[in-house]
Parts: sequence; structure tokens; C-alpha cells
Amino acid sequence: MKVIKEKHPLVMRWTHWVNFPILTIMIWSGMLIYWANDVYSVTLFGHTFVRFFPDWFYKLLHIPYRLAEGMAYHFLFMWFFTLNGFFYILYTILSGEWRDLVPQRKSFKEAWLVLLHDLHIRKTTPPQNKYNAAQRIAYTAIIVMGFGSLVTGLAIYKPVQFYWLTWICGGYHFARIVHFALTLGYVLFFIIHVVQVTIAGWNNFRSVISGFEVLEKPSPVVVEMAVEETNSTIDQDHIADQKMDDQIHPAKNIQ
Amino acid sequence: MSIKKKEKKLLTVEQRIKRRNFISFATFFALGGAVLGGWKWLYNSLDETTGITAGTRKPLRRALNKTELFFRNFFSNNHLVRTYPKSMATKKVRVNAHIGIENEGFKPESWQLVVVKGTGDILNLTIEEIKSLPKTEIVYDFKCVEGWDQIQHWAGVKFVDFVSHFNLEQQAKMQYVGMETPNGKYYIGLDMESALHPQTLLAYEMNDQPLALEHGAPLRLIVPVKYGIKNLKRIGTITFSNQRPRDYWAERGYDYYSGL
Repeated sequence: MKVIKEKHPLVMRWTHWVNFPILTIMIWSGMLIYWANDVYSVTLFGHTFVRFFPDWFYKLLHIPYRLAEGMAYHFLFMWFFTLNGFFYILYTILSGEWRDLVPQRKSFKEAWLVLLHDLHIRKTTPPQNKYNAAQRIAYTAIIVMGFGSLVTGLAIYKPVQFYWLTWICGGYHFARIVHFALTLGYVLFFIIHVVQVTIAGWNNFRSVISGFEVLEKPSPVVVEMAVEETNSTIDQDHIADQKMDDQIHPAKNIQ
Repeated sequence: MSIKKKEKKLLTVEQRIKRRNFISFATFFALGGAVLGGWKWLYNSLDETTGITAGTRKPLRRALNKTELFFRNFFSNNHLVRTYPKSMATKKVRVNAHIGIENEGFKPESWQLVVVKGTGDILNLTIEEIKSLPKTEIVYDFKCVEGWDQIQHWAGVKFVDFVSHFNLEQQAKMQYVGMETPNGKYYIGLDMESALHPQTLLAYEMNDQPLALEHGAPLRLIVPVKYGIKNLKRIGTITFSNQRPRDYWAERGYDYYSGL
């Protein structure tokens, strides 16, 4: 028998999906800006491993000579990025959702188990509540990163009026590097996120749109048998619950 | 209990799943479509009509102007650009453009600064008259809109000193200052508060030497609270007005304010 289990509140779903196009536009317009002074690369011992970005990449995405346009988009959508982010944080605080999201003391150890499990190195399933330990860390880190983008962004946008922010961010140069690195972080997060969501499957994905998951409950026949055996309604509920839990937990998936 | 509620109760789990799936996915795709439509509207929206500003889409220009109003609230003469010791100033000061300072027969010896005080009221100043005012030096991080920056050393007259010495207080009550090169090919507009900021200079020296032509000799603007695009080289005329004066890069899609 199927059971509906509420998972993601509307505000969580809303802010999640609103953030997706906004962040896409911010990254794209950010690249239009970055192109005008594209000085970053990964160089170790005189050997350049990656140059941000190769010419074919710029050409492919039609990035060159669009600095003014990039700035205009960036400084419009920064408002939506910020508002959506604050709305999300405010909601998680007021609703108590933060309890499921913020890493706990044990999360860092458990996250390691999640990683080993996901890489098929370890067979035992790590504890999974609404979010597992790795998710807690990832989903909190991404919010901290978002806040970091806002702060470093302001530090390079108004380095005179917000000189103290620029100072906190380690200066104009460092703030720009962090602002850039955080963006690479989003792209990395996005890739892992999509892979994990794909592996977790339809039920999990749907819950981020519809808000609920569908769980399989033990069939009523089993429950009736339990009644006959124990002859107690309280016990019946108890056993049924336990059976449901047994079936639910292993089925609960990552993401 | 209403009939509707009774009906709802009669739905099986399977039906409720179907119904909620349908509603949420329909909403998701409808909103997704609306977002895509909104983006297409913005991306394909017409450029603003060419005026003091030009070259960007109408809604984006409106957003730039609104954003300027918000961030101007944070402007203060007490917010100073960070300064550095002279030893940190670069010796190879970057020349990013020659617009407006093409050589075409410009004679620095016969140059005079034209200050338009009002209609028919013009002040002509030689470089000696300007140099006779108190000299102010600054070593700061010059920032280009492209993203690069350089610690540079400039010296000249504070614009606010210039205003009081030549009795331009009345003009300085207006909202904007306009500056143009002698040939009129490069021009900028500055909000008055940025012009009167204590670190804004009319500079005639760089690294303790008289300005080279490529750096804007005989007199150039150094306005540390703005991106480099506003730091006009080779000032020919200075005007005052309550409307935005024309601005070279604002006509090419950049933010008019461009403040730091």
C-alpha cells in the first residue's frame, strides 16, 4: 500500500528552483565581466595546468567583448540572488527546517561513511534522516558560499564605500579571486548534485517539485495477522509502525 | 462538513498522488515557461533611445540607474580610498587608451583650461595658474572597469580647492560636472559629490614628474572614487549643470555612475 510522506515545504522548493536560473545568469554575466581581465590560471612550478578560460570556450559561449552587457545583467540579477537567498535563510530559521540542514557534531564523521558508501567502498548504509550527514554539510556549505559571493561581490563592486568589507575579504585582489573560486565551487556542486539526484531516482526528484515522497507501507493483510496474534490494537499499531520503518529506512535514498 | 471535503476524503491514496503530481508539475512547467518567456523578453528587449546614455537594453539601463540611487546612499566624503607609501607606486603606469588624446597638432605650450561658469561667462586658466595652488599627492589603487588595477602616484590640485580658489561655489551647487578633451572626442560626466570628494584631483604630475602626453598632459582628472573610464586625460573644458553631461562610456552601454 502506498503512503504519501511530506518532504519539502513549498518555500524550499520555490527558492531552490528560483535560484537555478538566477545563478545561471549570474555565472554567465560574470564570465562576460571576467573575460575583460582574464588573468586566472592554475600554475604550479612554472607549468600552467588550466587557464581560465581557453579561447575555444569563450568563442563557444559568445563571451568576448560584452563587458558592459555583463555588468548590466550582473548588477540587476544580484538583487534577485540576494533576496532569494535571504528569503530562504529566513524561512529555514523561522520554520525550524535548519535543524535538518545544519551539520551536527557527528555529521563530519558520518559524511565520511556516506562518501565511502556512495563510492561503493562500504556496504552499510549510513544514517539517513531527511538529509544525511554529507547533505547537511553540502547544503549548509552552499549557503555559506552564497553569502561569500555576496560579500566578496560587494567588496569588489564598492571597494571605497564598503572599504571595511574589502578589508575583511583580504583586499581587492583576494576578494576577486574568492569571488571567482566560489563560482567554480557552484559548478562543481552542480555536477555532483545532478549526478546524485540522478542516482537517487524519480521519487526523490519529484519531491523537490511536488513536495512529497511515495512510500510503500506493509500490506493490510500483514497488519490483520498481527492483530490476531497479539489481540491488542496498541500493539498492532506498534508493530505496523516498526515494519513500516524497517521498510522505509533502507529505501530512503540519498538526496 | 461541506460536500467538497467529503469528496476529498473519498479519494484513494493513488488518486491523491496523481492529483498532487498533476498540480505541482503543471505549476512547475507553467512557471518555468513564464521564466523562459521573461528571459526572452529581457534578452530581446530594445536598446534605450540614444541620449546621454546609450547602448544597452532599456530595462537594464533602468536597473543600472535605480541601483545607482541605492548605492549613492552609502557615499560619504569620510569614505576615503586606501592610500599606499610612495615606494609601492608602479613605475610602468598602464596606458589603456588614446581616445581624445590623439596627437593631431595638439600644442601643450598654448593649452589653456576653459571653465564655463555660465552662458558667456568663461574662465581661461594657464597651467601656471593651476600649479600655483596647493599641491596634493595621492598614491592609491587605480581601478579599471575591465578588472585590472595598479598602485599609482599622482599629484595636482584638489578639485574642491580649485572650486574655492576660482570662486566656483555657485557652480558647485549644481548636480554635475562635465569634462571634455580639447578635441571633444572623449568626455565624462561626474556627479558633484564625487567631484568634490577630498581625494579628487586635477593632476599635473605622475611619479614626481610632469605628466607625459600619453598620461594626459598638461592636466588630467584623477577621481579615485570612480573607475578609470571617468579619469579623463588632457582636460580641455569644464562645465557645470543640473543634468547629466554627456559621457563617452555611458553612451556605450556602461553605467553612468560607475562609482566605487
